[in-house]
Amino acid sequence: MNFPENLKYTEDHEWVKLEGNIGTIGVTDHAQGELGDIVYIDIPEPDATVNAGDSFGTIEAVKTVAEMYAPVSGKLVEVNSALNDAPETVNADPYGEGWIVKIELSNLAELDKLMDAAAYKAKLGH
Amino acid sequence: MIKTTKFTEIHKSLNAKMVEFAGFTMPIQYPGGIIHEHNIIREKVGIFDVSHMGEFEVKGPQALDYVQKITTNDASKLTIGAVQYSAMCYQDGGIVDDLLVYKIADDEFMLVVNGANIDKDWQWCVDNKAGFDITLKNSSDVISLLALQGPFSRDTLSKLTDSDISEENQKFYSYQMGKVAGVDMIISRTGYTGELGFELYFGGDENTAKKVWDALMDAGKEYGIEAVGLGCRDTLRLEKGYCLYGNDIDNTTNTIEAGLGWITKINKGDFNGKEVILKVKENKPSRHLVGFVVAADKFIPRHGYEIFSGDTQIGHVTSGNLSPTLNKPIGMGYVSPEFREAGSSIEIAARGKRFPAEVIKMPFL
Repeated sequence: MNFPENLKYTEDHEWVKLEGNIGTIGVTDHAQGELGDIVYIDIPEPDATVNAGDSFGTIEAVKTVAEMYAPVSGKLVEVNSALNDAPETVNADPYGEGWIVKIELSNLAELDKLMDAAAYKAKLGH
Repeated sequence: MIKTTKFTEIHKSLNAKMVEFAGFTMPIQYPGGIIHEHNIIREKVGIFDVSHMGEFEVKGPQALDYVQKITTNDASKLTIGAVQYSAMCYQDGGIVDDLLVYKIADDEFMLVVNGANIDKDWQWCVDNKAGFDITLKNSSDVISLLALQGPFSRDTLSKLTDSDISEENQKFYSYQMGKVAGVDMIISRTGYTGELGFELYFGGDENTAKKVWDALMDAGKEYGIEAVGLGCRDTLRLEKGYCLYGNDIDNTTNTIEAGLGWITKINKGDFNGKEVILKVKENKPSRHLVGFVVAADKFIPRHGYEIFSGDTQIGHVTSGNLSPTLNKPIGMGYVSPEFREAGSSIEIAARGKRFPAEVIKMPFL
C-alpha cells in the first residue's frame, strides 16, 4: 500500500496536498481498496463553502456507499469532472488522476491537526 | 471461532479479499474486482466456493411426508434426479429459509440451505421431526460445494467427466451422480446467477478439494475461467430478481408477498404455515416485493432505505446495487399494493434526499 510523504491524512481516509493556499483532496489507497469498484462520485458544484468535518459528497461503490468529509475548511474551487465518466480512476490512481476536489483553505492551521504519512500508516497498522 | 472451507488456502493464495460471512471466512472478491467477476460469469466461466451452504440428509420411510410438512413446494412431484426450489415456513407464515430439495431416492432427500441459517434451520428440522419415521443428518461440515457458472461452464466441465451433461440429458434443475476429475460427486444443473451453470457437491479433504479446483481451472483456461467471489454472486442474482434470505425474505415476510407463490402449493396437503398463507392469499397481501430501476443519477439503492410516494412512506428497499450488465442502479423492495404495477413511480429516501425510481417487472435481465 502506498503512503506518499508529501500528503496530510485524515481519520476518515482522505488526503490533502497543499500548494499555496489550495488543497487538493482525494481518498487514500487504503480507502479505495476497502471500497472496491467505485461507480459514482457525487460532489457539489464549485463555489460551495465547506467546513472541516462536513460531509461534502458521497462515493458509491458496488459494495457500499461512503461519505466524504472535508479535511479542511474553505471554498470549493474545482471538482474533478473527469470522474463523472471515469469514477474508477479513483481506484486506479487515488493520489494522482483520481483527485476529487480542490479547496481554497480559509485556515491553514487546520492542516496541523491532520496526520503525516508515518502517523497514518501507523494508524492502519502498517 | 470462524470456520474455513477446504478452499480457504487457495483463496488466500489468489489474494482474495476475505470477509466473515455466515460464520465462515469467505472470498468477497479477488483482485479483479466485483464488476470484472460479474462480467466473467455473464460472458465466460467462473468458480464460486459456496461450501458455506448447508446440506441436510433426510432418510426413511416417511422422508417424503416429512419434506412435504416442512416445505412449501410440492416434493411429491420430484422424480429421482430432480431438484426443486422451495421454502420452509414457520406456523405464522414467516420464512425460515429458502432452499433446494434434491430427491436422492424414494426414501431419501437432500435439503440445501443458506450458510447463514444452518444452525437455525437444523434446529427447526429437528423440532419438526417428531412423529416421522426418518433420520436426519447434518452433513454441512463435510460437503464441499463449488458453483461453476457461465456460458462456458458445460464446455469446461465436460472435459473432466464421463457423465452426459448435455442439455438433452441434463436439464435445468436436475442432477446426477458422477465423477469429475476422478472425484465422486453430485453434478447439479443449478445456480444463483441466471447463467448456464453447475453446482458440484463432494466430500473429501483439502487435497481432494484442490484436485477438483485445479482441474476446473485448468479445463476452463481456454475459456478464460477465473475464481469469483460472493460480491458478484449478489449482483448476478439481483439482476435476475432472485431473493436473498436476510435481505428480501426473512421470518417477517411470507412467500405470497415475496412473489414466491409459485413455490407455495396450497393444494398439496398440510404444511407448516399453510393456514396463515391461505389467509394472506384470500385477503390479498398488504405489500408486494417489486423490482425498480432508479432514474436519478449517481445513486445506488441499499437495503433498509425507505420508499416514499409524496409524503407517505409506502415501503422499504430490501436489495439494491448498480447492475453491472445494464449499467443502471436497480433494486428490490416491499411496497403497498397500489404501487406494485410496472410503471408505478416511487421515490427512494437516503441522506435526506429523494431519488425517483420506477417499478418494473422482474427479472431486470
